[in-house]
This record gives sequence, C-alpha cells and structure tokens, in this order.
Amino acid sequence: MKQIKNLKRGILLFLLALLIVWPFLFQSKYLLHILILIFIWSYVTTVWSYMGRFGLVSLGHGAFFGIGVYTTAILFNLHHVSPWLGMFVGGLVAAAIAVVLGYGCFKFGVIGHYFAIATLVLSEISTLVIIALRDALQTGGRLGLTIRSVGTSPLYLQFDNKMYFYFLALALLLLALFIWKKIDESKAQMALKAVGEDEEAALSLGIDVVKYKTAVFALSAFLTAVGGTVYVQFTMFADPTTCTGVGLSLGIVFKAIIGGMYTLWGPTIGSLLIVILEEYTRLFLGSAYVSYSHIIYGLLIIVLIRFLPKGLHGTVSEIFQGRRKREAKTLLAGRQLAENRD
Amino acid sequence: MLKIEGLHAGYGGFEVLRDVSIEVGAGETVAVLGPNGAGKSTLLKVIAGLLKPSSGAIHFENRRIDGKAPYEIVEMGISLVPEGGRLFPELTVYSNLMMGSFNKRTRRYFKDSLEEVASLFPIIKQRKNQVAGLMSGGERQMVAIARALMSRPKLLMLDEPSSGLAPKIVASIFEFVKEIKDRGYSVLMVEQTVKKAVNVADHIYLLESGRVEFHGKKEDFLENPKIKRSYLGI
Repeated sequence: MKQIKNLKRGILLFLLALLIVWPFLFQSKYLLHILILIFIWSYVTTVWSYMGRFGLVSLGHGAFFGIGVYTTAILFNLHHVSPWLGMFVGGLVAAAIAVVLGYGCFKFGVIGHYFAIATLVLSEISTLVIIALRDALQTGGRLGLTIRSVGTSPLYLQFDNKMYFYFLALALLLLALFIWKKIDESKAQMALKAVGEDEEAALSLGIDVVKYKTAVFALSAFLTAVGGTVYVQFTMFADPTTCTGVGLSLGIVFKAIIGGMYTLWGPTIGSLLIVILEEYTRLFLGSAYVSYSHIIYGLLIIVLIRFLPKGLHGTVSEIFQGRRKREAKTLLAGRQLAENRD
Repeated sequence: MLKIEGLHAGYGGFEVLRDVSIEVGAGETVAVLGPNGAGKSTLLKVIAGLLKPSSGAIHFENRRIDGKAPYEIVEMGISLVPEGGRLFPELTVYSNLMMGSFNKRTRRYFKDSLEEVASLFPIIKQRKNQVAGLMSGGERQMVAIARALMSRPKLLMLDEPSSGLAPKIVASIFEFVKEIKDRGYSVLMVEQTVKKAVNVADHIYLLESGRVEFHGKKEDFLENPKIKRSYLGI
C-alpha cells in the first residue's frame, strides 16, 4: 500500500516537473494555448466540485465566471484599474451574490434540484445583464468587448508571451487542488458530507447546515470569478456566450461529471478530456461542424451517467482501491436478502 | 422542562397539529401515541426546529425555543432520533457518532461521550469501523440513538424507535429506552406500538388527527374504557 502511494507521488512529481519545464522544451504556441485552457478549465471545474461533491449542484458558475471576466474588463477599460485589483473585486462581487442567493435558498429549503434551477436562472440573468449594459458600461453586448492592450505589463496582468499565463494558470490549478485538500481536512468537510448524505439528519444533529453550505458556495463563487479574470486577461476578448451564461455553466458541470467530481483529480481529468475533444472536433471536422463536439459530449454524458456515475477517475480509482467496497456491496445484498426472507 | 402550549403547525396551508399542549418534566419519560397521520412526527420536527409552527409557544428550561434554528436547539440540549434512525449510510459508525457531537457545546467532550454511550451500547465499540449502511435495522436504530446521545442532550426525542423492526428487536430497543431513562435523561417518545411504549412511559398523550385526545398518567390511560377498546384491544 505504501509502495503504491510512493509510486503515485513519484508520478505526480514527475508530471509536475514535466509541466514546469514544458514551455522551455517545446516551442509550440498552439500546444501551450491548449494547455493553458486545460489548466483554467480544470481549475474552474475543481472549484465547482468543492460544492458539487456534496450534492450542491450549481448551474450558476457561468455567471460567477462572467462576473470575474466583466468586472475586471470594465474596471480596466473604463477606469484603468489593474486587473489584479479587479480580480478581487470580481471575486468579492461573485461571493456576495453567492451569499445572498445561497443563504436565501438554503434558509428556506430551496435545495437539490430546486437549488440547481435557482442558480440556472442566475446564469441566464448574467447574460441578459451584460447585454443590457452594452452602452452604460460598454460591455459590448452580444458583440463582445476587447481589453485595451498595453503590451507586456505585469502590473496590468498583460503579457505578449503566453508562457506567463501558462504558469499563472498552472499555479491557480495547484492552488485549487491544495484548497480541496484543506477542505478535506477541515471539520466543514465532515459537516458537508453529512449534509450531502442526509440533510435532515444533519440538521437534527445540530449542524448549522445553512452556514456551511453558504460558505462553500461563496468560496467556490469567489475562486470561479478569479478564474474568469485570468481567462479574460489571457484571451483579451469577452463575449456573453463564451464567458458567461447557461452554456458555460453546463460546460463546467459536464467536465466535472465526466471526470468525476468526488475525487481530487476527477475535475482535472474531465476538463482535459473535454478540451481535447473540443479541439479535436474543431480541427478535424472543421468549423462548419463546430457543434459536433457538443453532440459527442452530450452522448458521452448520457453513457457516463448511466454506466459510470462517479465519473471516469472516480470509477477507475474505485476499481483500484475498491476491493473492500465491492465486498461491502455483496455483504449488503446478502443482508437485504436475509431481511426480506424474515 | 419542556412545555408546549397551544401549538399549531402544518405543511403549507394544511394544518397537521391543532392546539397541542404537552409537558415533559425533568427525568420524565413521556410517550405520545396515536395512529398514522396523527401528527406525531410533525410534533417532534417542530420541537427540533425542523419545521416552524404557525402559532403557539414552546419553552425549554424556561427559554422560548420555537422559531430557533435546529442547531441552536441542539446546543440547548434537545436531541432528536429521526424515524428509521437516518444514519449517514456511507460513513462509518465512528464517524456517525462524531457527527453526533458536532455542536460547539459537546465537541470537546467527544471522548467522554463516546465512553458513556459505549457503556450503554457495547455494539458501537465492536462495530466502530463498519459502514453504517451495512448494519441491520436494529443495529442502525441503536447507533442512531447513540449518535443522538453524543450531543449530551437533556431531552432525548425518539421518533418511532420501533418502526420497521422485528418484535424481538423492538423489545430490546425499549429495554434501552428504559436504561436511558434510568440514567436520568428526559425522554419524549412518539410511538405506534402502544403497549410497549406505555410500559416505559410515565405520562401518556394520545394524539388523534392533530389534537390531544387524552393525557394523563400511565394508570389512567390503561383504565380509560374508550382507550381500552380502541388501542389496547381489551
């Protein structure tokens, strides 16, 4: 067991080292671009899973991402505020909205599917608001906005060389994974797990369910908005379809489901697969068939939810460490049989 | 200790409890009996803060508790064992018990509470690392009661502890209730198995379609001719 753990650690360290030296070894800008996208989406998906893994399904993370994108962009374009500051402002705005929406929902029993729908509405509203503020805040509406370029300027989080974003995005992803670990060690994790398993039982044990759920929602929203900032500084362009709204929200959820939201690496693996899939279909089927990738991953989702509800990584790691669980399942089945016979 | 006056409660516009008044003294065991749909579980949910009453007042140790959040009520010393135990099926017995002493007041006494509870239910030591979902119904009920005791309550509320269990196991569950009572806890129990519940109770309330139809001492309950006919089958 310990050997396996060491082996795993070794592989991870090797991968990390490889990722760090990658941009120095390979000059392909295209691959670098794809890797940056993979890091950013892995980060956002991991952050989404902070709550998703406890049964708190948010379809509103597109809105939080968009808040990060547009807050930064508008503050910079109109008021020349550094995106480093914009990142925090965006994060705080997103967290504030999460607190209001979350507290309201959880306090009054809007949970499960109903919570998902409430957050879905938030996604839709975010798109509409951005379109409505086309002139007032120069969001550009459906046409999108471009960040004013100042060349390479660390102060304004703009770099001509993609390498900077590569490391920034990688650092973000590592941070997200680190926070996941921290949550796992905290007492909030116990509370949230109990809530995820049986909310009413958790309530009757004196767990302040509303507090823990709202807190994790706010944390997740804050970090998602930060991801939005980095994304828009990288692409220098934002429009409501790619940077906010229902489509983006669902994209995040799909990545989490495909990779598996219950394990540390699941969201990353899901994002890796989806980004590659999207690139592949775009390259080989051409832009005329752009939506083919959606059809393919729609089908993938159906197949995966049916056969691997814990996602690819979740299921694979269960197979590896799962002998105990399988035995438990047979035991359970046997016991149910016995009970029925009584 | 617990005093409920003129309590009305329900779901949406539908009223389940109508003008219910109940009292539980310190160290007393009170059984609330009644048929399905009488509002027994609703009553416990209201006390635990899981459901807000539409009117009436609940006092616990002279403090008003209706309208308080469930976690505040647990802090004050009321603990509910929901119907069927409602353990966290994927957590181990040990983790389930840990969740029982999650609240601020009792978290630091976790080890002591565990010892105390284990002296009552030796099974939780043997089965510490078992996943709760894999236990039998009777074992689950015991662990659920143990979990509730982990919050060091003054008042323990049991929602149909016998539901879904074989008669032999029901008998042993009531033995445990008796022992819990002997250890000085106040118990408020909701039940359908009248005879066994009456045996351990000091006071009986009979709830029918949301109203208290009878309340009194065990002896009066057993002597009441109407109750004899419809509930005791004598």
